[in-house]
Amino acid sequence: MTYILGIETSCDETAASIVKDGTVIVSNVVASQIESHKRFGGVVPEVASRHHVEQITLVIEEALTQAAIEPKELDAVAVTEGPGLVGALLIGIQAAKAFAFAHQLPLIGVHHIAGHIYANALENPMEFPMLALVISGGHTELIVMQEDGHFEKIGETRDDAAGEAYDKVARVLSLPYPGGPHIDRLASESDGAVDFPRVWLEEGSYDFSFSGLKSAVINYQHNLQQKGQEINPSHVAAGFQQSVVDVVVEKTRRAAKKYGVKQVIAAGGVAANKGLRTALETTFAEADVPFYVPSLPLCTDNAAMIAAAGYSKFIAGARSDYAMNGRPGMPLSSWNGL
Amino acid sequence: MIWLGIDTSNTPLSVALVEDGQLLIEHTDSFKTTHSVAAMPTIERIMKEAGITPDQLSAIAVAKGPGSYTGIRIGMTLAKTLGWSLNIPVYPVSSLAVLATPGKWFDGLTVSVMDARRQHVFAGVYDKQTVLTEAHRSFADLLEFLHQQERPVLWCGQDAKLFEEAILACGLVSYFAGVGEQLPRASELISLAQKLEPATSIHELTPDYLRLTEAEVNWMKAND
Repeated sequence: MTYILGIETSCDETAASIVKDGTVIVSNVVASQIESHKRFGGVVPEVASRHHVEQITLVIEEALTQAAIEPKELDAVAVTEGPGLVGALLIGIQAAKAFAFAHQLPLIGVHHIAGHIYANALENPMEFPMLALVISGGHTELIVMQEDGHFEKIGETRDDAAGEAYDKVARVLSLPYPGGPHIDRLASESDGAVDFPRVWLEEGSYDFSFSGLKSAVINYQHNLQQKGQEINPSHVAAGFQQSVVDVVVEKTRRAAKKYGVKQVIAAGGVAANKGLRTALETTFAEADVPFYVPSLPLCTDNAAMIAAAGYSKFIAGARSDYAMNGRPGMPLSSWNGL
Repeated sequence: MIWLGIDTSNTPLSVALVEDGQLLIEHTDSFKTTHSVAAMPTIERIMKEAGITPDQLSAIAVAKGPGSYTGIRIGMTLAKTLGWSLNIPVYPVSSLAVLATPGKWFDGLTVSVMDARRQHVFAGVYDKQTVLTEAHRSFADLLEFLHQQERPVLWCGQDAKLFEEAILACGLVSYFAGVGEQLPRASELISLAQKLEPATSIHELTPDYLRLTEAEVNWMKAND
């Protein structure tokens, strides 16, 4: 049995978790800062870093207590190395180093997106080749995994991440932060939808672009305002969401077909969006390709996913040293070719 | 009793091990290397050189700020996690007091300064080992305060030289700490810590930023 302590502080959640053999969650603790950042309408990096320092040892202790595991029973410490907010990342990293040193444990730096993908391993066995749609406030990417620990990014956003576009459109509609769940709810209840453009980019491209859609929403609102008309927030939400969903689902479907994958997974905070999730489920049921989305607590940032990805690296023999730094722009590189 | 001292408040890095009142090893540098990269490996190295294992440590002294926000968080996170993991006490010490230790017998006022930009400083003013004030204030305000005291001043900290012109022009009898005295010394940090009480709760330990974030200041203004 292998027990890994995972630590995640890349944005606004301070999280620690213990995972057995990369597949079984023994404990999963998340201290969210969302209430604190709400007043600013978004995550303020300096405020996030301050909260991480306040929470970090408490959260790790809680993960150990809930798991009823002593530090000496652990096999390694895995921590998010990047990408993310650098000041936030390095709190988790320093804590991981100090914990690893105090208990003389191996240290493993993990890519945050790899974590989101491996969140699936906690609920369903991963089968390769696999296609992962990573969609969150910071990322919109399509990644093909030919085997465990091997990543090939085939598409990504060229401007805003999908979640970022959701937050910006939510602001236009005066919805509270974070806006994604509100748009999702309005869209599901709506009896109509404004027709916004779909951005497909070049033929065959798996990249995304959401800034044009966001501008279209803003222009639509301005136009109506100039005519002295009120916008219907539900119709705007439904139209915006439909545009995002159409493009994301279609590109994911095409990619799954081209790469002949055995499994498709969605990961990241926006994967919790019901409209998107339902459309993906329907599409892949028709295509007869198994499709999985982690349950909500594993879609949003958490440390169990970091421990799960850390396990795969641990087995592959990857180790980090105490000079590990936070890497805000860390590339997703493979670790099975060590 | 083996103490580990950690100061990552500003550009300099200082870590030391003191056993029963004797300095075993100290590393102090003012390289531009980020503490995020250098602090933990340096702690590991000095402990290895001194032949000390983590479970032999009895206490940790840490510079709690003010200073670079990121810097003080790195030291504090390392100290908190080590202290909690090893179940030993953590002693937070003012980073300004550590900088001012060259003046502990000086018959006048010792002033430690850290540049906080826009003509502001974090400044500590001490009469030998008594704290008069530690605050974030404008440099002009600090000079005015010092003028009222009418005492000679010993300026400490690398950033004092940034204000040299104003200091020399202000009419106070001024001395400057020497090159080797301008850097914080983790051994002195440990000495200061030994006169203090440890943190009652390691979990609740946070840096002393001495300043709110800009977002918080703006938010408070808007909600006044």
